[in-house]
Amino acid sequence: MLYNEPNPLETKVLTRRFGIPNSADVATYVEHGGYQAFLKAAKMAPEKIVDEVKISNLRGRGGAGFPTGLKWSFVPRTSPKPKYIICNADESEPGTCKDRLLMEYDPHQLIEGMMIGGLAVDAHKGYIYIRGEYRYLITMMEKAIDDAYAAGWLGSNIQGTGFDFDCYVHTGAGAYECGEETALLDSIEGKRGVPRMKPPFPAVAGAWASPTLLNNVETFSAVPSIIRDGGAAFAALGTPKNGGTRLVCLSGHVNRPGVYEIPLGYPMLKFIEEFGGGVRGGKKLKAVIPGGSSCPVLLASECDIAMDYDTLAKAGSMLGSGGMVVIDEETCMVKAALRIMRFYAHESCGWCIPCREGTTWLRKMLQRVHNGQGIASDIPLIGELSKNMLGRTFCALGDAAAMPTISIVEKFREEFEAHLDGRPCPFEHKHEMALA
Amino acid sequence: MTFSPELEARFEKLLKIYPEGRQRSAVVPMLMYAQDEVGSVTRELVEEVARRCGVNPLQVDEVVGYYSMLHTKPLGKHHVQVCTNISCLLVGGEELYEHAKKTLGVGNKEVTADGLFSLEEVECMGACSWAPAIQVNYDFYHHVTPEKLDKLIQDLRKLQ
Amino acid sequence: MSEMVNLTVDGKAIQAAPGTLLINAAKQAGIEIPAFCYYDGLSLQAACRMCLVEVEKTPKLQVGCTLPVAEGMVVHTDSPTVRASRKGMLEFLLTNHPLDCPVCDKGGECELQDMTFRYGAGESRFLEEKVHVDEQQWSPVVYFDAPRCILCYRCVRVCNEGMGVNALGVINRGVNAEIAPNEYDHLNCDECGMCIDICPVGALTSGAYRYKTRPWEMEHVGTICTHCSNGCKTTLGVRGEQIVRGNNRDRSGINGEFLCVKGRYAFDFTHHADRLQSPMIRKNGRLEPVSWSEALALVAKKWREIVERGGRFGVIGSTRTTNEENFFLQKFARQVLGTNNIDHHRSGDIPTLLDALSGRTGALATTADLYNEKAVLVVASDLSQEQPFLAWQVRANVRHHGAHVYTATPGPVREDRTAVRSVRCEPGREIEAVESLGDALRAEPSLVVVFGDAIKGEALRRLVAFGDSLGIPVKYVALLDYSNSRGALDMGLLPDLGPGYHPVAAPGMTMAGMLADASLDALWVVGANPLSRTPLASPDAFVVVQDLFLTETAERASVVFPAASAYEKSGTVTNVCGEVQRLKPAVKIAGTKTDLEIVGLLAKELGAQLGVWLPDNVFEEIRATVRGYNVPLPVLATGGSAITAALNGRVKSAPGPELIQSARNTLFTSGSLGRYCRTLQSVLEAPGALYQGK
Ligand SMILES: Cc1cc2nc3c(=O)[nH]c(=O)nc-3n(C[C@H](O)[C@H](O)[C@H](O)COP(=O)(O)O)c2cc1C
Ligand code: SF4
Ligand code: FES
Repeated sequence: MLYNEPNPLETKVLTRRFGIPNSADVATYVEHGGYQAFLKAAKMAPEKIVDEVKISNLRGRGGAGFPTGLKWSFVPRTSPKPKYIICNADESEPGTCKDRLLMEYDPHQLIEGMMIGGLAVDAHKGYIYIRGEYRYLITMMEKAIDDAYAAGWLGSNIQGTGFDFDCYVHTGAGAYECGEETALLDSIEGKRGVPRMKPPFPAVAGAWASPTLLNNVETFSAVPSIIRDGGAAFAALGTPKNGGTRLVCLSGHVNRPGVYEIPLGYPMLKFIEEFGGGVRGGKKLKAVIPGGSSCPVLLASECDIAMDYDTLAKAGSMLGSGGMVVIDEETCMVKAALRIMRFYAHESCGWCIPCREGTTWLRKMLQRVHNGQGIASDIPLIGELSKNMLGRTFCALGDAAAMPTISIVEKFREEFEAHLDGRPCPFEHKHEMALA
Repeated sequence: MTFSPELEARFEKLLKIYPEGRQRSAVVPMLMYAQDEVGSVTRELVEEVARRCGVNPLQVDEVVGYYSMLHTKPLGKHHVQVCTNISCLLVGGEELYEHAKKTLGVGNKEVTADGLFSLEEVECMGACSWAPAIQVNYDFYHHVTPEKLDKLIQDLRKLQ
Repeated sequence: MSEMVNLTVDGKAIQAAPGTLLINAAKQAGIEIPAFCYYDGLSLQAACRMCLVEVEKTPKLQVGCTLPVAEGMVVHTDSPTVRASRKGMLEFLLTNHPLDCPVCDKGGECELQDMTFRYGAGESRFLEEKVHVDEQQWSPVVYFDAPRCILCYRCVRVCNEGMGVNALGVINRGVNAEIAPNEYDHLNCDECGMCIDICPVGALTSGAYRYKTRPWEMEHVGTICTHCSNGCKTTLGVRGEQIVRGNNRDRSGINGEFLCVKGRYAFDFTHHADRLQSPMIRKNGRLEPVSWSEALALVAKKWREIVERGGRFGVIGSTRTTNEENFFLQKFARQVLGTNNIDHHRSGDIPTLLDALSGRTGALATTADLYNEKAVLVVASDLSQEQPFLAWQVRANVRHHGAHVYTATPGPVREDRTAVRSVRCEPGREIEAVESLGDALRAEPSLVVVFGDAIKGEALRRLVAFGDSLGIPVKYVALLDYSNSRGALDMGLLPDLGPGYHPVAAPGMTMAGMLADASLDALWVVGANPLSRTPLASPDAFVVVQDLFLTETAERASVVFPAASAYEKSGTVTNVCGEVQRLKPAVKIAGTKTDLEIVGLLAKELGAQLGVWLPDNVFEEIRATVRGYNVPLPVLATGGSAITAALNGRVKSAPGPELIQSARNTLFTSGSLGRYCRTLQSVLEAPGALYQGK
């Protein structure tokens, strides 16, 4: 049973097999066109595979939206060192729960995507780094891998193509920062998940100091479709420079939360209405976090836009990891800011000063303000400290903490003011009523 | 230290999947799987994993304190983890956590006197679209209400 | 050398070699980019973010400590944005800092204080509760106060990369991240204190120095460590007449900032309660304090008698006394006492090495060579335990230049960990082990061979022949034990060789010979303790001893003179690689005299004409007469080291290799002196444990 009802308006590319009985079985996968893209790619020149991915306008689905084909072209194919494929299945950005479904319902699509990556960059080993909380998925992925070996889709000389590929699962152990690609590399090497200096980029010196192609689950999962149907077909689904579809994880105050696959460029308000069934309880929309909790929030008035990387960037936010959180009018934005900051403070790895100290300071201050013990100068200070972190931390976790906070204090200043000088949270009673 | 044959088999496999000389990579997975069997990350376990992966115990300690799923104190038989992060918060995650505290009579990261349950307020667990969500050990429960939580706890108790 | 890169920093046009980090390029141009985590020679961290600067055409502030210079780069290190950023970083740093400067050892020389003074804000905007953790003691000498720590990871890096010890790590996460020791709640390490020294704040403090003084109340005296032969410079912090600290923070001297546990802490013997502070004469079988004149007169009278009746003298010199003292001593022995019965405890076969290398130049390695040459072969020595600075050089060479290390030792050594090849061998069969490395070594562009006391006599000649057979430039270091072991040899404390290895006409007795000579009339021991190992055969010998303590040898003496230690005198010493450096007196212990003065006074008492016995005058004579010692004085005067030009001719040396025997000092032992170093005693974990590979 699927976690949520699919919506007939979806453009099902990556999720096309979701809902088919035993969709995770290798036989089902093959029956529905699975592993054909790999066979096709095995006959293509490696550069041609990379070109196809470039043409598809696929951009990384992990959060940063980096053009995937370009990234693939950075891996030095001819390097004498072994090369590795690493799939980032750490999925920890609050609001995001799509990679989970891709692994649960279509694990072979992911394996196939990684294998095609292997063909493209001459890598013969792939590792899927799965967050520790997803233990059941680790078991499922391990079974899928075993099945693929048994059916001759992994191992040496796969289906007579002459290509060898091994695939393994690696468990995380509870650390958001390990989703950051270089921290993930340290983590997979058995160390603290602390980010690395770039350059060198993982493409050149990644896992175990070897060239490494690292992508998100959704990114790899899109690859078989791209190879099978051609990059151009995938690109055509989206908007210029924003190819294909993506899985949006809709959560918060909507009637029908769920994970839905839509083409890039889909209008945001329409999505909330048509897929989410509008704001829960007929309430008014207050704000939207468009792509995971690290994105600047959009006011309801700013939401009449297309959901693609460039449009959202222009609106001052990001498409991020696809975690869209809808917030209704009765929500305390100070509390939202506090909860978001609590997360980043808890997850800061502690490596660099501004992130380590800044997130904790802000967490404490936001808690105090929400408790009604704030003073007027706290409000500008929250903004200022966030800006002191922004762009100055070692990795983007500091930015992830700063960006939503800056947007919330700027856009909801009066809510902060309403909490000052010992006043109770003005939303608390409303909230209780809503629960009753 | 001796482990179950299943765990030993897993360890053996783990030490093989990483490139030659990179067995340190197995530290986190070993700790995770061993913790499930041993109950927590004991000093003895730290030293054992260090020995097996060819690192010194400090290098394992560095890792243990870093990852939030590694625990140096034993948890309850059923570790109830309630997410209160933004998506869950908006739909009652915090109330659910408060309720769990009352029902179980313990606070964050505490264990009930009978050792059956422990409670933890956790960060986003990847169930945002089906919030509020909890995990008991590794099992997910979606759209949880206080009533559903109580029922679940009763059922788990009866299992004993 | 590829072409220089042109860039502009704060309006100044500057040039830098390609690959130079911006922070260093700016520094060369006199522009300071502040930094906590950046540390020359250690791996890059980019963690503290103090070094952020503005680079035109890049939207974000750039990290000065990791950014290599680029052609046409325009940098602003003092723009309002940069200043605001630094202020912001310091504000973040201070949030959980206890601000306990008034009671912090580091106050006054704390980089965080300086940085806050220069770039920080005047007041705090932090109203929240601070994270508190109690102070911990990790070893007798290492204390850790986590709240003061700014997590710059210098300590971790210097321990892991610099020392190769890996005793420090980071535990927990985020704001609770903390430095931690390797044995859970305490340290098992070299106790070198490098972590304490390198800590920019007062997070790591020294058990030996804590709460003793404020930094500005000390005088700082840069002198040479008296313990091993490596000759590290140590800067002694002196308060009143008390040495309270040793470090080398100014990174001057051959060792840069390096010091081992001995150089850093083992100065405490100077103030030991057992220090001799008055001459003593044996009266009625007991040593009784007497005046200097009485003691000097007695010795002169006895010696004159013995000389006149043609009696037999034995003179044993020291491996810790200065070149001037050694030179003057042998001159006294040969000219005044008329004997060549002079020797000392030899720990390396320098004469044979010089002879085997005769006819070539540049075949003796310097301490700098160990850092610069492409390959290093360690033979018969647990280098990290016995020769700590040389080992540090080798590690730095591997880190910075990718040098290849080879080991040929009886047991595991720390160098194995970075070695491209390690061979184990039975003690005494080291040379065969070395020869088994021939093919690998032949492929190296150049090589330095450092070897312990097992390689002597014929084995040494065989080693040099092997080196010759490689067809690559090879340099050698014969490892020695004490701070002036080399100087004792060079100055001719030998029965058969005078200063500069000139053969003497009638070779005298060796140390073993003197001690075994039942008819010896007089034994004069200056700063050595031979009787701790070997009894004195002659029952009636008149024994004169100059020493700091009542050693086994002093207890047997008829007359004892209280001597000053290396930390209490001027003069020069020569290290294991033949580098001469100057001592500076840090303190004066009441009642003592330097050995030079004591020998001088004895000369005067005997009416001998040996010249002025001031260190500078004697050194002038050494420069003029001892081969290789005609070194430039200004280098020494400014605290530098001068390489003694090695001898380039045959050295005739008779005594057998059995006379050469290392004392096998470890990091925590230092011959007789070590017994009086309380700090060394307190950290002693495995006495004499060599070849553990730790
Ligand atoms: C703090 C932080 C956390 C991240 N977490 C994840 C994650 O959980 N999953 C993910 O795929 N990417 C995550 N990313 C992005 C990765 O660094 C990386 O950009 C991505 O995995 C690359 O894959 P893609 O190009 O396919 O998106 C995170 C980045 C940061 C800065
Ligand atoms: S203890 Fe000192 S040297 Fe070590 S990380 Fe902390 S501040 Fe830096
Ligand atoms: S000195 Fe550059 S980040 Fe610390």
